[in-house]
Amino acid sequence: MTNHILTVENLRARFQTPDGEVEAVNDVNFHIDPGETLGVVGESGSGKTQIFLAVMGLLAKNGKATGTVRYKDKDILNIPSRQLNKIRGVTMSMIFQDPMTSLNPFLKISRQMTEVLVEHRGMSEGDALKRAINMLDRVGIPGAAQRVHMYPHEFSGGMRQRVMIAMALLCDPEVLIADEPTTALDVTVQAQILDLLRDLKKDFNTAIVMITHDLGVVAGLCDRVMVMYGGRIVETGSVRNIFYDSHHPYTEGLLKSMPRIDTASEEHMFAIPGQPPNLQNLPQGCAYQERCAYVMDRCCVSRPSLFGFDDGRASACFREDRQ
Amino acid sequence: MNAIRKKKNVPILSVRDLKVHFSLPGKGFFGAERQLKAVDGIDFDLYPGETLGIVGESGCGKSTLGRAILQLIPPTDGQVVWLGRDIVGAPHREMQPLRRDLQIIFQDPLASLNPRMTIGEIIAEPLVTHKSELGKDEIKARVKRMMARVGLLPQMINRYPHEFSGGQCQRIGIARAMILEPKLIICDEPVSALDVSIQAQIVNLLQELQREFDLSMIFISHDLSIVRHICHRILVLYLGNLMELADRDSIYANPKHPYTKALISAVPIPDPEIERTKERIVLTGDLPSPINPPSGCVFRTRCPFAKDVCATDVPTVDTVNDHHQVACHFHERM
Repeated sequence: MTNHILTVENLRARFQTPDGEVEAVNDVNFHIDPGETLGVVGESGSGKTQIFLAVMGLLAKNGKATGTVRYKDKDILNIPSRQLNKIRGVTMSMIFQDPMTSLNPFLKISRQMTEVLVEHRGMSEGDALKRAINMLDRVGIPGAAQRVHMYPHEFSGGMRQRVMIAMALLCDPEVLIADEPTTALDVTVQAQILDLLRDLKKDFNTAIVMITHDLGVVAGLCDRVMVMYGGRIVETGSVRNIFYDSHHPYTEGLLKSMPRIDTASEEHMFAIPGQPPNLQNLPQGCAYQERCAYVMDRCCVSRPSLFGFDDGRASACFREDRQ
Repeated sequence: MNAIRKKKNVPILSVRDLKVHFSLPGKGFFGAERQLKAVDGIDFDLYPGETLGIVGESGCGKSTLGRAILQLIPPTDGQVVWLGRDIVGAPHREMQPLRRDLQIIFQDPLASLNPRMTIGEIIAEPLVTHKSELGKDEIKARVKRMMARVGLLPQMINRYPHEFSGGQCQRIGIARAMILEPKLIICDEPVSALDVSIQAQIVNLLQELQREFDLSMIFISHDLSIVRHICHRILVLYLGNLMELADRDSIYANPKHPYTKALISAVPIPDPEIERTKERIVLTGDLPSPINPPSGCVFRTRCPFAKDVCATDVPTVDTVNDHHQVACHFHERM
């Protein structure tokens, strides 16, 4: 048997909109092992967030997910929310980009944190409060015993994100899904939060999914990387493979267009030409064809599937096709 | 870059001891009025054709500083000398003609465009306001020329902003700012809301326009990697105070202020080997409230090197050399 903690097979997410059906996630396959950190990279609209909303059963009402999502050996896609609630928030937690909209502004932090423990762990209010304070302490909130009784608006942005992380960790999850957790934060606070995530990985062997557009964050934190474009995985591999030997033209373009603080500037920055694709109107063939420097005739006719390599990496580009 | 200053050693813009304080009601019914010192005594010069980066964390006063220079927020004190003339407190009638030369580009590309105007109307608006003598056909011709220049198809002139992507909306904002061929553009986080692949396109466009029109730019950003690529000089702000002001190469290779060092070391580098082994200065805590800033050096509460003197004496802005200024008691030991 495999010991994958999360296995996703042939996942699709479709949305019904007034302008027709939109396929936000298409034919996505991957798995996560315990203690592993997976980086999910892509531009807005690439489907990177929707994959994990589908996994967590949190798709918007007009969305529908198909395929297989297994938590250990248990199928969890589209199961009733009463059953799903035994897993999400308990062994699988998610934190979001904007902590203010994910916290209830009317409730004190103490109430929002203890609720989970009382509900899922059957703890008493007093024990739950103690654990909440411990956890706030653990994520580096000074004066946790006092601050637990405050409202979300009394915390700064970085502190609110810490509260979110503390809340996600209350039940010792095995998988933590972090959706752009540091994008809204200043760099000095981002560095603190990333250190915190690194510690979690070390201390609790938590598997982390890091959804981000910042390749610098991925470079520092992740073991494996999945690059998304137009709702599909276009390249996947170890962090070293992706950064030092990328195969897909999009990955290559992304890496080249990232401004770097450690290199002197050139006259011109490398830029990927064109616009990200419109999911409602994807071209026939490869979604990246219009922006690709290596485009061939066959790219405009048929879509390359992921070509796998021995070392677990894969790239969806006809340049890999050796048949 | 020094070539720019040597060639044209008369600054186009001089900011002297600029302060922007906001009054807030006191705590409680009878509480004394409190002051929020968003910008607290900033000095710098900007030379023709130069790009000055203003960097700092959210709440450091960088946007307020940009707006105070344009008199969009009235400064509390100090001077903004534009082409030899102090424009602080200038009446609207006198400011209006100067605004032709002073333009601004905003962070949120879609929110800064009126959704009920076509993009042709949006880009033409500065012309209609400032050059009303131009005929309709001439205005339309100029708008189309500018659209082509910033990379928009001129036949899209009758479309509305919502039909465009974020990157294209930012191009519309740039066309609107450029249509009067201004001398100074203040770019307030112009690429922060854009995808990585689009950021580089917009940065390249701004640099091309700068060379073509000999523009001066103030580039406000929290992203030190982008700033390194586009700016000639960089001013680091913290709680409304200048921490360091230096040439690009000087500040990145040899930062003198502990805050600058911490900021630079906190930026993730997209290279696993380097990112995992580099030396880092991790700051503890958050930005203090600007309503109640620390005594002495405003940075001392988060500074890993703070000593007693930092709590009592405000550091002066010292000149390290020709192109490097820093406000720290211990910069010589850094």
